[in-house]
Amino acid sequence: MKRIALLGMPNTGKSTLFNRITGGAARVGNWPGITVELLSGKILLGSDMVEIIDLPGIYDLHGFSDDEQVVRHFLHDNVPDLALVILNATQIERQMSLLLQLRQLNMNIVVLLNMSDEAKKFGITIDSKKMAEMLGMPIFQISGKYGTGYAETLQAITKALRYPTPGMAEQLRSQLEEDEHIESEMARVLKHAVQIPAQLPENLTDKLDRVMLHPWLGLPIFFGIMYLLFQGIFFIGEPLQIWVGEALNWLRSSALDPALAGLPAWLSGLLLDGIYNGVATVAAFVPIIILFFLFMAMVEDSGYLSRAAFLMDALMAKMGLDGRGFVMLLMGFGCNVPALMGTRVMRSRSLRLLTMMVIPFSLCSARLQVFVFITAALFSPKAAPVVLFSLYLFSFAAAILTALLFRKKFQSSEPFVLELPPYRFPTLRQMMLRGWFEVKHFLLRATKFIVAGVVLVWLLTHLPPSAAPASSGTLAGMLGDLFHPLFEPLGINDQLMIALLFGFVAKEIVIGSLAVIYGLTGDALGGALGQHLDWVQGYSFMLFTLIYTPCLSTIATLRSESKDLRYTLLTILWSLGLAWVVSFVFYQGARALGY
Amino acid sequence: MSSLTLAHLHPGDTATIVTIHAEESLHQRLQALGFRSGKQIELIRMASFSGPLQVRIGTTDILLRRSEAEKIMVCRA
Repeated sequence: MKRIALLGMPNTGKSTLFNRITGGAARVGNWPGITVELLSGKILLGSDMVEIIDLPGIYDLHGFSDDEQVVRHFLHDNVPDLALVILNATQIERQMSLLLQLRQLNMNIVVLLNMSDEAKKFGITIDSKKMAEMLGMPIFQISGKYGTGYAETLQAITKALRYPTPGMAEQLRSQLEEDEHIESEMARVLKHAVQIPAQLPENLTDKLDRVMLHPWLGLPIFFGIMYLLFQGIFFIGEPLQIWVGEALNWLRSSALDPALAGLPAWLSGLLLDGIYNGVATVAAFVPIIILFFLFMAMVEDSGYLSRAAFLMDALMAKMGLDGRGFVMLLMGFGCNVPALMGTRVMRSRSLRLLTMMVIPFSLCSARLQVFVFITAALFSPKAAPVVLFSLYLFSFAAAILTALLFRKKFQSSEPFVLELPPYRFPTLRQMMLRGWFEVKHFLLRATKFIVAGVVLVWLLTHLPPSAAPASSGTLAGMLGDLFHPLFEPLGINDQLMIALLFGFVAKEIVIGSLAVIYGLTGDALGGALGQHLDWVQGYSFMLFTLIYTPCLSTIATLRSESKDLRYTLLTILWSLGLAWVVSFVFYQGARALGY
Repeated sequence: MSSLTLAHLHPGDTATIVTIHAEESLHQRLQALGFRSGKQIELIRMASFSGPLQVRIGTTDILLRRSEAEKIMVCRA
């Protein structure tokens, strides 16, 4: 019986074509020269039965990956009467190399250009007649998707099989044997110098995983680790934060105030009350941000994130997401922007869109900074960590609600297959490097936004010059009047509302702009907030800050990653609406209960 | 020899992959991770709430959902 070998690179639709030609009646079989089993099927061509064998997809006929060796050995020991080479027409310039390698073997070849319909859409035109002439072999354009071009192909194959190439087997063997020398050399070195046990002995990773991925203990351990991490960040970070704040205040009162005393009042006001106060308030958070990124870098590099995906996948699947989506959500606790870009690993567009819709609810480090400040101002030191933890729960709840509501709109059947790396304890250097990289990025972004933001806030709260600063006569006061009816039912006063408007650009500005609006920094600002607001108002403000869009960068990333303006608008409107409703229900509910 | 799917194995079981009945893209992804007929595969553990499986092929550990594991025919060693 004559033999046809089906050859091509991975992702060319080779298996689809094989199933189509054989009508799905394939069997698994052993072949001389190779240890893996290959799929083959018998079909009737003309008046003869021929056998067609599906070889593994390879990139390079002379390569040394498992698949490439299998293909070579198969061809050597089972020289086919015809090689049916399938190329992806959309990647023709990359795939041509394999065809030319096969042609060098002087094999009897018929070429199929698959996905020709898709290539047309990309504007790729292929003159298959001309190409056939130049290469000296029959070439056909087919579309596996629409099933076009098969009849001619089968005819050509029948014809080609009638005229076998003389001496082909000998030539082919001698050429393939050159690669075999390299193979045997490789095997000899590996055999004598490298030992890989058939079954790996239980190592540290296995022992750790027995506990960390335990059916019952896995999830509680996971949440415990997360809780400890956040506790640790504040335990170490808060004293540092207080120390930096005091140092910056001292610098102002002992050096900057006297130095700038000679300037006109409006200029020193802009420089000190505007820029310096705004930047100093934010700078005090740098230690916490550094710690946060250091800890995140440690978790990420240790290999634990893939374990989190394993533990959470079952729950995420119920929301129409997968374990990777959960990992992205966690990364979003650092910054939403890289988390959104991380969804690129998902192939299904609807799964990606749903995941991207959920990520902006992750309580990112910029929002964390706002919450740390407000909780310190309005809650007792004992209650503050609990309040912060509750905001994380709200962050998850908003994400879950969004996924559940929109999972019907964005349905997908993307397979979930992930490699699980062994645990690696990141070196201090690695952690420092990564942490530093993230912090640098944060500071660059933050300073740019913060300086521009606080100057703008200062101008809005001090213009026109005739009005008293931050009074209702200023531009900010007028903006406040405009939006007052919308925010009044949420318990959010005009000053906070102005800060929210700026927070739309970046959350890093929120506290800085409050510093400018109230003309105070650090503890003094906290004290002023404590006098103007009760805890219900403060919490309502934090809920709104948590849920309404993270920042302009996130919106820009959503737009550029989704390439869909309507989707981006839907995401913004949904989060704004949800923020308003949640704050409204909380504020009115708490008031109704008598708080 | 009885053929069953990877999803039918129990933690600790070792088997040999017979065939993979997956669509092209998943097939490629599995091949890239080392799933090939004739290879030995060990089921390490299953996540609770019908979550994913952890399997080992050679020196590589892989996570996959049960729905994907059902597409992989194996033969218990």
